[in-house]
Amino acid sequence: MLFLGIEEPEEKVWNGLFWVIQLFICINAVAKSFLQESRGRMLYFYSIASPASFVLAKLLFNTLLMLVMSLLSLLLFTLFLGNPVVRTGPFIGLVLLGGWSLSLIFTFLAAIAARAQQNAAIMAVLGFPLIVPQLILLMKISNATFNPLLTIHASNMLLLAALDIMVILLAVILFPFLWKD
Amino acid sequence: MSKTKNYMYKSWWKILGVVLLVYTFVAGLLGKVPNLPALEETVRNLYFHVCMWFAMMILFTISVINGIKYLRTFDIRYDIISRQYATTGIVLGLLGYATGAIWMSYTWADPNNPAFQSFGALAREPKLIGTAIALLIYFAYLVLRDSIADMDKRARISAVYNIFAYAMLFPSIWIVPRLLPSLHPGQEGNPAMNFKDIDASMRIVFYPAVIGWTLLAVWITTIKIRIGLLKEKKWQ
Repeated sequence: MLFLGIEEPEEKVWNGLFWVIQLFICINAVAKSFLQESRGRMLYFYSIASPASFVLAKLLFNTLLMLVMSLLSLLLFTLFLGNPVVRTGPFIGLVLLGGWSLSLIFTFLAAIAARAQQNAAIMAVLGFPLIVPQLILLMKISNATFNPLLTIHASNMLLLAALDIMVILLAVILFPFLWKD
Repeated sequence: MSKTKNYMYKSWWKILGVVLLVYTFVAGLLGKVPNLPALEETVRNLYFHVCMWFAMMILFTISVINGIKYLRTFDIRYDIISRQYATTGIVLGLLGYATGAIWMSYTWADPNNPAFQSFGALAREPKLIGTAIALLIYFAYLVLRDSIADMDKRARISAVYNIFAYAMLFPSIWIVPRLLPSLHPGQEGNPAMNFKDIDASMRIVFYPAVIGWTLLAVWITTIKIRIGLLKEKKWQ
């Protein structure tokens, strides 16, 4: 659909489009993880696993799913929209890191939305403001991979990784409160 | 809960808040300020604009602390407190925006001065976006609260979201805007907390102003909390 509209987008447009598409892929892929679970199945999980291990399993599964999806969308982007990336290795690393961050945050938000017994709409409301800072950061770092003159700051990458670890910790601490019913 | 009762029904800090604010207005509008290029007399807005943001952050912090308290005790009163501090924080955030817009129109975006940038360029200012995100997070908090009918469940889920959102708020308004180029001061550290940034004559007004605005906001919030507690009592 995109490639019908724009044939060879400029680097910055490519970058922006890529991350926004990633965001939507993530919402659609990850939102399902909690919303599609039936009540009975949740009760079954509740009886066999501790909340912390359950949420860790969910995070891990969604992370893997999102990593595969990220690579797939990167492939589709390069097929249809050309490949403006100069430094491929760092960019792929960044895509995986970004996919990881997105999936972690949206997994936790999906858990909240599922407890609120709402559809995916509430998840978008909750998720967009939380994800914007990370998206800005990701776009900023990935801009550097389009231009051989710019350097990629390791501190920015570390900041992203630190955010991800913080989200995991928060999920483990807070999820037991969501689960009790 | 007796501790909360004590501070809510005492009046000394309310009087202190009013006195500090009167001092802020008198000293802030009449006092001596250093004459800086570009800022000139608008620097007096520091006593209002920056203090609003300080008070907002303090209120959001109190809100989160009460959210954590709720999850530890499951006492519905902490939930009411948490919610009311969040709403007052939003109001202060909007006021901070308003004062910031007035300030900006004199220092960055005066339409009569062709040297200044267009509004479109200013709207991309990272600090503006960051704070807009912060407010949206708390609007989302309110939306989430109102979407759940069951009271205990609402309290629990919104406390969880509150803590999560607060943790994500820090990167959005403290870290990310500092990584991007900006016109806004405070790029290299904490605005107004830095002793080099702020003149001694302004500091004696600035710190009381922060405390004054915070106390006023807490006063407003305690009234709302008391209304909330009364409604809660009537409902039972």
